[in-house]
Amino acid sequence: MNLDNFKPAIVYTIYIASTPEKVWEALTTAEFSKKYFSGFAVEAELKVGGAFVARAPDGSVHISGEVIECVSPRKLTITWNVNWSALVEKLGPTLVTYDIEPAGDAVKLTLTQAHDRPIDDDILSGGRSGWPAILSSLKSLLETGQALVIKMEPPQRMLDALKKLGIKTP
Amino acid sequence: MRKPEFVYVTYIATTPEKLWEALTSSEFSKRYWFDTEVKSDWKVGSPFALVMNGTTTDVGEILQVDRPRWLSYTFHHVLSEAARKERPTKVTFNLEPHGKLVKLTLTHEDFEDGSVILDGISKGWPAILSSLKSLLESGAALAIPPSALAIEGYDGP
Repeated sequence: MNLDNFKPAIVYTIYIASTPEKVWEALTTAEFSKKYFSGFAVEAELKVGGAFVARAPDGSVHISGEVIECVSPRKLTITWNVNWSALVEKLGPTLVTYDIEPAGDAVKLTLTQAHDRPIDDDILSGGRSGWPAILSSLKSLLETGQALVIKMEPPQRMLDALKKLGIKTP
Repeated sequence: MRKPEFVYVTYIATTPEKLWEALTSSEFSKRYWFDTEVKSDWKVGSPFALVMNGTTTDVGEILQVDRPRWLSYTFHHVLSEAARKERPTKVTFNLEPHGKLVKLTLTHEDFEDGSVILDGISKGWPAILSSLKSLLESGAALAIPPSALAIEGYDGP
């Protein structure tokens, strides 16, 4: 996979009163992710080529991917492929990068979602609405010990656009 | 091509009223907005200003006040000559109840092509709104050094 072909489609930055190590742990362990990511369990084999999985609360694999870059606690790049039939075939792989930088006493976390081809805005609306919810909740969890309860549905315009492409969603 | 704009969404464990107060009170804004006071009487047509440590950095006019759901003002950066020459941009806050939370959507738009302030505001808003969220949820704002924003040509006051 040639990373040079991937262009950022979504960039979201959030500052968190925490340490890079704690943010890294929150992004890569099920213990944390279940609290801030709608019950989803992240399982990451933290080495280049390792497996990356996010399981739905029922145990099914919702997102599967591979670790592309792993520089603890500064940078994690993974493929982030939602497990919907024909999605990768039609849209190509989704690349997600977390950059973690110290910013005074806080941490600057930058999420970048990148693709190797142009992706329709309707489809990107999923990530545009999802990432702020996930990362707002992660910030609250690390700062206050309490994640946010954010009820999220996939945007209808995204589901319609995927359906048009022949991608089956639940 | 999409028009240049900056949109930022965050969810905050607070009420729309408290968030409105945080966005419109100069005492409050000083704590999370890099020592910046928001100044206005918040009536449509009234002047708006951002004053950082006594220096006016941005001016504008109130466009919409629908407490506690919508707040909009024009935004004209006046610290540099290049920015002063550009037309004013537009800032809109939308506060929506979302369960026991508030979903805050900031939209900053109407930039000229090649605007000299787009880089700065795109890097500034996430820091300001992250600090605002911390202050409302934990009682403590973030101490983010302006240099951490990595704004081109700006290293802080």
